Amino acid sequence: MNAAPLRVLVVDDEPPIRKLLRMGLSAHGYQILEASTGKAALDMLGQAPDLVILDLGLPDTQGHELLRTIRTRSESVPIVVLSSRGDEAGKVQALDFGADDYVTKPFGMDELLARMRAALRHQLQTHGERPVFRVGDLSVDLVRRLVKVSDKEVKLSPKEYDLLRVLVQHAGKVLTHKFLLGELWDDLTDAQYLRVYVRQLRQKIEADPERPQYLLTETGIGYRLRAPD
Amino acid sequence: MADQRRDSEHRPSPEALLEAARREERRVGKLRIFVGAAPGVGKTYEMLQQAQARKKDGYDIVIGVVETHGRRETEALLAGLEVVPRRRLHYKGQWLEEMDLDAIIARRPQIVLVDELAHSNVEGSRHPKRYLDVEELMSHGIDVYTTVNIQHIESLNDVVAQITHVRVRETVPDAVFDRADAVEIVDLTPDDLIQRLREGKVYVPRQAERALEHFFSPANLTALRELALRRTAERVDEQLLNEMQAHAIPGPWPAGERVLVCISEDPRGAGLVRYAKRLADRLHGPWVALYVEGRRSLQLNDVERDRVADTLRLAEALGGEAMTLPASDHHIAEDIIGYSQSNNVTHIVIGKSERTRWFEILHGSVVHDLVRRSGNISVHVISGDTIAGQPIPKKSVRAAERDRVFDPLPYIAALLSVAAALGFGEVIWRWVGRVNIDLVFLTAVVATAVRFGLWPSLLASIASAICYNTFFVAPYFRFTLADPTNFSAFGFFTLVAVLVSNVAARSRTQAVAAMERARTTEALYAFSRKLAGTATLDDVLWATAYQTALMLKVRVVLLLPEHGTIAVKAGYPPEDILDSADLAAAKWAWENDRAAGRGSDTLPGAKRLFLPMHTGRGAVGVMGIDSDKAGPLLTPDQRRLLDALRDQGALAIERVGLVEEMDRIERAAETERLRSALLTSISHDLKTPLAAVLGAAGTLRDLETKLSSGEKADLLATIIDESERLNRFIANLLDMTKLESGAVSPNVALHDLGEIVGSALRRASRILSQHKVELELAPDLPMLELDAVLFEQVLFNLLDNAAKYAPAGTTICIESWRSGDSICLRVLDEGSGIPAGDLENIFDKFYRAQKGDQVRAGTGLGLAISRGFVEAMRGTIVAANRPDRSGAMFTICLPIPRQRQGLDAAA
Repeated sequence: MNAAPLRVLVVDDEPPIRKLLRMGLSAHGYQILEASTGKAALDMLGQAPDLVILDLGLPDTQGHELLRTIRTRSESVPIVVLSSRGDEAGKVQALDFGADDYVTKPFGMDELLARMRAALRHQLQTHGERPVFRVGDLSVDLVRRLVKVSDKEVKLSPKEYDLLRVLVQHAGKVLTHKFLLGELWDDLTDAQYLRVYVRQLRQKIEADPERPQYLLTETGIGYRLRAPD
Repeated sequence: MADQRRDSEHRPSPEALLEAARREERRVGKLRIFVGAAPGVGKTYEMLQQAQARKKDGYDIVIGVVETHGRRETEALLAGLEVVPRRRLHYKGQWLEEMDLDAIIARRPQIVLVDELAHSNVEGSRHPKRYLDVEELMSHGIDVYTTVNIQHIESLNDVVAQITHVRVRETVPDAVFDRADAVEIVDLTPDDLIQRLREGKVYVPRQAERALEHFFSPANLTALRELALRRTAERVDEQLLNEMQAHAIPGPWPAGERVLVCISEDPRGAGLVRYAKRLADRLHGPWVALYVEGRRSLQLNDVERDRVADTLRLAEALGGEAMTLPASDHHIAEDIIGYSQSNNVTHIVIGKSERTRWFEILHGSVVHDLVRRSGNISVHVISGDTIAGQPIPKKSVRAAERDRVFDPLPYIAALLSVAAALGFGEVIWRWVGRVNIDLVFLTAVVATAVRFGLWPSLLASIASAICYNTFFVAPYFRFTLADPTNFSAFGFFTLVAVLVSNVAARSRTQAVAAMERARTTEALYAFSRKLAGTATLDDVLWATAYQTALMLKVRVVLLLPEHGTIAVKAGYPPEDILDSADLAAAKWAWENDRAAGRGSDTLPGAKRLFLPMHTGRGAVGVMGIDSDKAGPLLTPDQRRLLDALRDQGALAIERVGLVEEMDRIERAAETERLRSALLTSISHDLKTPLAAVLGAAGTLRDLETKLSSGEKADLLATIIDESERLNRFIANLLDMTKLESGAVSPNVALHDLGEIVGSALRRASRILSQHKVELELAPDLPMLELDAVLFEQVLFNLLDNAAKYAPAGTTICIESWRSGDSICLRVLDEGSGIPAGDLENIFDKFYRAQKGDQVRAGTGLGLAISRGFVEAMRGTIVAANRPDRSGAMFTICLPIPRQRQGLDAAA
């Protein structure tokens, strides 16, 4: 990783949350920028943060609008959304508008750090892909198109492999149904097809498909492949 | 009725207080009447003078209508008083002016002057009589000053007519007069009045000059003046009495006098009623008009029947009580005496019989019987002359005449039966001889009498006599009356015909009447049963409208109060909208609790007749009826039937209203119970974890240095666990709120049950860390139509519940299998199970299996939410105890979707 500390822009109107994030994140080597309003957040974007943590419930701006504006100003900065709203539709919308991941309040610091790492990793990966992805017993060699569980090769159909490839490329990040469908099929919008392939893939890569360890369901939103160890 | 005047304790009598309270309750305008003995005494002048004085005192006073008749002194008094312009009405090619009632009500003065209380309004006005206008003004809280001459007072009308031989048609009910808050007599001696008349100061219409000359004789004026003074004095007496009662002044109350007046179909009944009223007023006693419904009542024609009803109504209008009593088998006099004795009647008023001596010998005389048996009750027998020709006021709702069509059939049948008798007689004569042939004819006469009544049987008797005489009595084939035998045959036939037909006609009339009554009663009974079975207001209204329309052959609309006014709620045939005239009439009927519209006193121009529907507790609505038939809508019988129908409908409407009110109260109580449960739950479930978090955090801060690292870790774990618990609780509250506000609309799609079970288990992994979890999901289960988020929450709540009630270290099992057309999923725990009595209400909000202090932390909401969510996905959830061992099990069943679009095949 770079020697210079990564800079994180925290956008939240609640001082206690900002304080918590400032303490928690600087302890893990991040440098913190703070903004309490949408307007201030947009100003801060000029300082080119490496990641944005964005609360959708700001007093001055509609959260999703702000998200869209940030995304148009800076196409690549990873955004992790903080949401006190539990509804899945809102989360899916945030992801569709360009957020990389979300964390629901109340949240644990470790959970947030994992989401941040996944979002940052994906950005770094686009520069130099890792040839072999490993998590637990699962290893995926994207160059040789080779999938192994406990060092035994697993035969996947082309679609199953494509699904796994997309998941591996975004490992640790939540991927919405819509995103996955768009990546795998050009013309399908029905998440049922996706579920069928997820079930088949789980049969092949999970030890206990009923209690998956790698390919996790984000109910109502999509799927997430566990981040590599 | 309790006698209000016998108040042994010196407390204000309830009646007097009620009367006072009623006046206070709603500000009703006060009525001041200026009474004069004759025209020209200066009533209007006096009224205007007082008005001027009041105006000086600062009162807001306007003139509704004042007739100055061109008198200069009177006109001078108008100066400075605001006049509400009169309304111009077009009537029969003439423009007429009437007082503008609505304009005055809109103007809302404190006092309005309305001259000539007895005036009749032009047809097309809202009320036919001005005193009704005045009542309406008062009901709007406006004080009214008005004038009236004594001969216009209803009960004095006939007395005045006797004195002066001039009958005035315009009368004012005594009740209006008695209700006035102040009555002022404007007095002038007869000599002065005649003097004024000579000087031309009294307005006299040209065409009535002669009649009035007679009217203004000193004798007449003296008598009228006495009447006016006496009537006013009576009123003052009454007022004094009321006052004394209200203030509990012990007084020498006159002994409980009570007057009863006997009514018959006799047209002089109205005079009797008025006499009784005057008598009762003088005695300060209540009075009752009694009609004994005897055998003869059944034979009354409609005119007579109507007259009885009208007379009774007149009694009510005059402030008396109207009673109808079915006759027992004895004499009518006995019934009257019986009623009088049981009701402490002290005076009986009855009309002098106009029957012939002969009739009295045959039928007995009620008057004689009454006098003979009356004991200590005084009987007043009023001669016909004194009360003859008094008009009965028209009833408020006019009734239709029943159609009476001449039917020739009975007469033809009568002649045919005589012809048959003639043929049969010929046969007998041939074979038996002349004997008994008269009996054959007699049979024909009797048969006709029994079957067809008096007139056809009389025809039969004449025909029989002629036939008998012509064909069977010598000289044959010639009609002679020379022989006494012939004569007697004719006489006997006639006599038998009259006697038999009378008896038969009476029994037939009774039978017909009884049948009619039975039919009506049966229909009413069926109706009331039908009403009793209806639960909703709509059903009741519809049944009432339908039944009324069916039985009376009219169109019906029903209006009920709504947002401060009334609106059409049902109709047969269905009707939604009334035109403005009908709506006004309906509104008036509702507000004044009296009939309005077609054929009534008020707004007779409306298309329908509107009648208030009331119960003992007050009016509940208005019924409007109309039909295509011209003229009055209903016959008297139908009107009586309508009353019964209306009453039953009103009772049913009230019943439904009461039931709804009960429901509302119950719901309110339930809501209240839930609210208190919610408060308990929130205070417990919010505060417990908060207390733990606060305590642990505080301990960490204060004892930071003294705590071992193990203890610190423990406290931190507590903070995290309790916060998570708090979070779950709040999530549950939010879910419940969503469910209750109807915001849960499942976003269903085809899902793999196993996938959702997996994610629910992952979410619950912390809660379940102390338990083993076994999964027994049947392979190859089809995909289900459900909302993944909701279903995951359901499963999470069930797992949370299991973790809460099953001890640590035990196994929680999740099974699923296919059962017919549905997929079932079951969560089983190894806890102590659910008490048998709680198996159903365990799904109620804020319900917990163990009550008391040892409540498990939790919201009592989880299972309620689970049920709400499962049902929103069209599934079922039931709780039971495990059959194999102790423990609870919750089973969810969801239907397998019909079309799975071959997805399983794709898999």
